[in-house]
Amino acid sequence: MLNTRDILETINMIREENLDVRTVTAGISLFDCVADDNKRLCDKIYDKITKTAENLVPVASSIEKEIGIPIVNKRISVTPISLVCGNATPDDCVAIARALDRAAATVGVNFIGGYGALVQKGMTKGSEALIDSIPDALSETNIVCSSVNVASTKAGINMDAVAKMGRIIKETAAKTADRDAIGCAKLVVFANVPEDNPFMAGAFHGIGESDCAINVGVSGPGVVAKAIERAGNVSFGELSDVIKKTAFKITRVGQLVAYEASRRLGIPYGIVDLSLAPTPAIGDSVAHILEAMGLEVCGTHGTTAALAMLNDAVKKGGVMASSHVGGLSGAFIPVSEDAGMIHAAEIGELSIEKLEAMTAVCSVGLDMIAIPGDTSADTISALIADEIAIGVVNNKTTAVRVIPAPGKKVGDSVEFGGLLGYAPIMPLRTPSSAAFIARGGRIPAPIHSLKN
Amino acid sequence: MKKAVISVIGKDSIGIIAAVSGGCADFGVNIVEITQSVLDEYFAMIMLVDISKINRPFSEFVDAMAEMGKNSGLEIRAMHEDIFNAMHRI
Repeated sequence: MLNTRDILETINMIREENLDVRTVTAGISLFDCVADDNKRLCDKIYDKITKTAENLVPVASSIEKEIGIPIVNKRISVTPISLVCGNATPDDCVAIARALDRAAATVGVNFIGGYGALVQKGMTKGSEALIDSIPDALSETNIVCSSVNVASTKAGINMDAVAKMGRIIKETAAKTADRDAIGCAKLVVFANVPEDNPFMAGAFHGIGESDCAINVGVSGPGVVAKAIERAGNVSFGELSDVIKKTAFKITRVGQLVAYEASRRLGIPYGIVDLSLAPTPAIGDSVAHILEAMGLEVCGTHGTTAALAMLNDAVKKGGVMASSHVGGLSGAFIPVSEDAGMIHAAEIGELSIEKLEAMTAVCSVGLDMIAIPGDTSADTISALIADEIAIGVVNNKTTAVRVIPAPGKKVGDSVEFGGLLGYAPIMPLRTPSSAAFIARGGRIPAPIHSLKN
Repeated sequence: MKKAVISVIGKDSIGIIAAVSGGCADFGVNIVEITQSVLDEYFAMIMLVDISKINRPFSEFVDAMAEMGKNSGLEIRAMHEDIFNAMHRI
């Protein structure tokens, strides 16, 4: 029998603490759309998406209403386009991006991900064309997201791809300069990318997945922060228990939504992603969780340890609440999307070096960080290389999503609105990394990748 | 028995039980249990209701309750019991 305390706890989490399900993402394979003519490919992609995801938004909205939990985004992820575009030219690829954008708008989702390539070891002609098309594709579409995996623990780091992505990010920023370089907010560079991630900009439907799948991303930083505040001055063991219990409850909601969406849509249930995903709203911040643990400002000494404990406890609590856990599953630290991170960066207490250290113990990486517009492509590539190396050596996912906003310098800020938020421009090191990046080739896989 | 939880949160409760009960009857929703509690400084009434004989889609009932709340300056939510069971029972 339900008791009043439990009922009120749930209602309070939704009313006061921003408990929500961040996303219900339908993963859709496009392998059966392959065609020898690009126009035909675009048509088949449009038809497959609009048919498979036809009911996604109405079903998610009815679940939202019936169980009373906000589902913030409904999204689609597809097979990486580089795997289905064959011998397309960059212009052909842009046409595919437009087809994705149209299909996503027709079914009414918030984002569509998968306009990307997997090039951890090398680039096919299709991958190269797709990567070259990213700046145009992201400037000419509204809700298409792009990701490129440039490294893995098994393959090492494809430094040619890293060098290229520095240039692509700069071009994307230039092409969307009139909108604070928003194209870069939809472009992420990965190491060890998960193939069932429901979160953007990195969502895509992996090659080992079934024809379609429902993946759900939970949220709830506000709930965890309040639980920690209520627990008061307790030891780390007890604090970890508080986080675990809270994560369990949050994840159970995600599992319920995933199960219901899968049943009603007749699409197999894939995974629940245990990530704590912040929004720019007050009371929905991962930084504030770390501060609730006893740090004056996120970014000060102790931040990495606090985040490591949080990340571990969230996984331990969440894993028992769901039958299949996957995706990124860890706390996110996107600067522009987190009120506490924005504040800490604005007052200069959160540096890019600290953020880099933090990514060694959580998901995902240097995320939604605005950097000076005159940053060179080489410096961006070097920033990517550092972050990717952390992922490759530590056997984890890492990623870079930076915004070199044209014309902006330290002291300015960029503003995207909505879930993407706003961010102060953060300073970078200025000495050149150009000769390092220019070497080209691959950084070999680390010795501990040889496990067999 | 399929159940739902109606919560009424606000500062004033005069006539609200009657109004919510009337709404339930209209939809063929049967009240199983009513409890009252305090959430922060607010009055909170929790009703457990049986929706197995509901005569319209449950989502319409959710809207009707929310609307009734809006008209009387209260927050009225109807939520399927699944969410509470998921979160609080293993």
